[in-house]
Amino acid sequence: MSTETAAAALTPSAPAPRSLTRRLLHNPLGILAIGTIGTIILLSVLAPLIAPHDPTYVDLSIAFDPPSAQHLLGADSAGRDVLSRLLYGGRFTLLGALISLSVAILVGLVSGLVAGFYGGWFDTLSDLSSSLLMAMPSMMLLLAFRVVVGPSLWITMAIFGVLISPSVFRLVRSGVRQVRGELYVDAARVSGLSDTRIIARHVLSVVRAPIIIQGAVIGGISIAIQSGLEFLGLGDQSVPTWGLMLSEGFRNLYIGPLLTVWPGLAIALTIGSLVLFGNALRDALEDRPTAPRLRADVARAERTEVRPVGEDIALSVQGLTVGYPISESSVKTVIEDVSFDLRRGQILGLVGESGSGKTQTAWSILGLLPRGAITQSGAILHQGVDLIADREAQRALLGRKLAYVPQEPMSNLDPLFTIGHQLTFPLRKHLGLTSEEARRRALALLDRVGIKNPERTMSAYPHEISGGMAQRVLIAGAVSCDPDIIVADEPTTALDVTVQAEILDLLRELQAERGLSMVLVTHNFGVVADLCDAVAVMQNGRIVEQGEAHSLLRDPQHPYTQSLLASTLDSTDPRAVADQKHGTPMEATR
Amino acid sequence: MWSFVARRLAGGLALLVVASSLTFLLMNINTSGIALRILGDQATAEQIAAKEAELGLDRPITERFVEWIGGAVRGDFGVSWFTSESVWHTVMSRLPVTLSLVVGTVLVTAIIATALGVLAATRRGAVDRVVQVISVVGAAAPNFWMGLMLIIIFALTLPIFPATGFVYPGTSLVGWASSIVLPITALSLSAVSAVSQQVRSAFIEVESRDYVRTLRSRGLSERRVLFLHVLRGAATPALTVLALQFVGLLGGAVVVERVFALPGLGETIASATTLGDVPLVMGVVAISVTLVVVVNLVIDIITGWINPKARLS
Repeated sequence: MSTETAAAALTPSAPAPRSLTRRLLHNPLGILAIGTIGTIILLSVLAPLIAPHDPTYVDLSIAFDPPSAQHLLGADSAGRDVLSRLLYGGRFTLLGALISLSVAILVGLVSGLVAGFYGGWFDTLSDLSSSLLMAMPSMMLLLAFRVVVGPSLWITMAIFGVLISPSVFRLVRSGVRQVRGELYVDAARVSGLSDTRIIARHVLSVVRAPIIIQGAVIGGISIAIQSGLEFLGLGDQSVPTWGLMLSEGFRNLYIGPLLTVWPGLAIALTIGSLVLFGNALRDALEDRPTAPRLRADVARAERTEVRPVGEDIALSVQGLTVGYPISESSVKTVIEDVSFDLRRGQILGLVGESGSGKTQTAWSILGLLPRGAITQSGAILHQGVDLIADREAQRALLGRKLAYVPQEPMSNLDPLFTIGHQLTFPLRKHLGLTSEEARRRALALLDRVGIKNPERTMSAYPHEISGGMAQRVLIAGAVSCDPDIIVADEPTTALDVTVQAEILDLLRELQAERGLSMVLVTHNFGVVADLCDAVAVMQNGRIVEQGEAHSLLRDPQHPYTQSLLASTLDSTDPRAVADQKHGTPMEATR
Repeated sequence: MWSFVARRLAGGLALLVVASSLTFLLMNINTSGIALRILGDQATAEQIAAKEAELGLDRPITERFVEWIGGAVRGDFGVSWFTSESVWHTVMSRLPVTLSLVVGTVLVTAIIATALGVLAATRRGAVDRVVQVISVVGAAAPNFWMGLMLIIIFALTLPIFPATGFVYPGTSLVGWASSIVLPITALSLSAVSAVSQQVRSAFIEVESRDYVRTLRSRGLSERRVLFLHVLRGAATPALTVLALQFVGLLGGAVVVERVFALPGLGETIASATTLGDVPLVMGVVAISVTLVVVVNLVIDIITGWINPKARLS
């Protein structure tokens, strides 16, 4: 059922067990689910003590009696007390589910650990068998088995445990593989820990929570399967279970419809609580912060006094402040009071370490901040229009006058569409070209950005081209509709050093050729010296220094600029140095 | 693309052969009780021996296996031990009922789950919570019980749909449609809950990818970004879950057919199981696995068509 989601829960690093429990208990639905399951288990265990009647005592004189003080839920077709049968039925139903669950976890855990940890032929074999089992309709198989082994509830549930064990196996195997690659496991092995100790200490702690989630799912499915079999009349007639009650109720559907409702509700309540419990545990495991909704009074942006600028300014960013809500009344600011002017036909470098707010600034200009971001104040002026106040105007500029070159070429092309499709669609939309015209123009663009075989690239998918080519394609896309302004976010960071220089040359040529104005986000002063006319240095969300590139580079005033510059001159990557020094406080929001 | 389809087809055939062979061996490895079960407790040892000879159970299992496989590839699954009817004929006459049910459910699930999942992912807030509640209810209520409740409400209390029975589409298309509405509703609920969750989380995941931002920066309309690019990206994981659901649906159909008294494969295998009619059970299992293989192949091809990378695996 939800192997996928449970597997996704593996991704975060192993959480500390206590905080996980606490987070789980923080979730009202989680408490509700645990409480309900606990109550159902308790009632079932205590059935002999609390059941008002013998569940098998037949009294035909009260058959189909409605609820009364004597029989709180009435009596069934044989005059047996429904409430008592419900309580006893829980015992056997839950016990059956427990058997499936234990078998599934035992088989899945052991085979998954061995396969994941040692690999080899066992891994191949067990993986094949699990695919086989998963492709088999288990209900049909259980029926087939019943012909051979007879109707015993316990045997049937044990077989079902085996049939559903692949879901645990897959989970454990992928968890183990993930952990096996970790350095600390190698370290543990080198330091002489036995495999059993390593598995017990490191591997089990990672797969424990996902197994519990999957266990809740398995418990639910096995209750449903068990009651389905009994409903068919193929269950064990000797043990009173909820499924058997349903089946009896069904046979008397027209006389006593309520008889199907009670056991059905008991089943639904049990499975529902198991599902909710699994969901709550998964949420706690992923520690998914439910995005806080800001109160309206906090969310309202401050009015910003817009300073008019001259014709020579392509884009003027004024007092820009952006944050992300961390509770309903507070916002964590990621860029604060950022102001700069981009002159027409010039390149402005936005420099700083990771998390300094460069990228957030770039996205603000494009109006493409992630969901949840709040522009607290500020203005972005383009030809007299404040793009923050007028989102429609900003959207109308996108792709036409305002274009974007992203940082990571390989992740910025849609893997499911050909390069040609991604290049030609904006041309047809914005410039009204026919598909043939758009195709010719895209080919010319690809040729212009230095792609050797434009025809072949057009029909290629993104995974079929290299990172350097992908970045050329993205640059071609950015300039395709003749924009005035380009926002380029670290356009060379993800590329090989040799390719970096070529891409920078290309950007410079295109800028000169088309008179583009460009905001170039970078962490590299070498790039600034190479390309930029002006530069603004950012630290912790603020601009600490800005000015003409050559004067700022020659004579940096701010100590932070000086240290950044010094580290560049040492030919060390400033980002690496900075990261070591300050950590990356805002990496999460980038 | 063709080599991709060929590889998938070969994999599916291998699965079919292995799965039906294993089932045959499991069902035939212990034949000592079969004759007794058919004849009843009062049978004498001579009667049992005679019955076993009649059914061919006295021959070695390898011999019977070769014979069964040889027949199966020609569509000959033997005859029922009880009715002496051809298993192939019985199964084929029941197949349209189960197919109407299961294919209908898959289509309904795909449409509703996509709509709900996308709605929950794009609207969040209240819509999201409603979808979450639906999914818990859907996962919690066993589908045959849903069927019972639907009968009580929409057939007994409000006589809109027939409570039981199947109308062949050849007889009356309207009758056919109204005879499968309630069963399909009962079967869809759990599948919808699982698939819509997957669509929701996949959609949210894909929407947060870098290329979606870049597509937006190209000035594409929000509708085009979400419903062409993001939805297509979210389709691959959703289809995987749909394929898994299909396997479960076949099992669900067995019970739901009983609830609505539909003369399908489920009803066939349920009664054949009660009697211990091994050839008929084997026939139904083989045809079910074939269905699973075919559906998986179709979903693989759709996935490969949507996602060029999947063609490589």
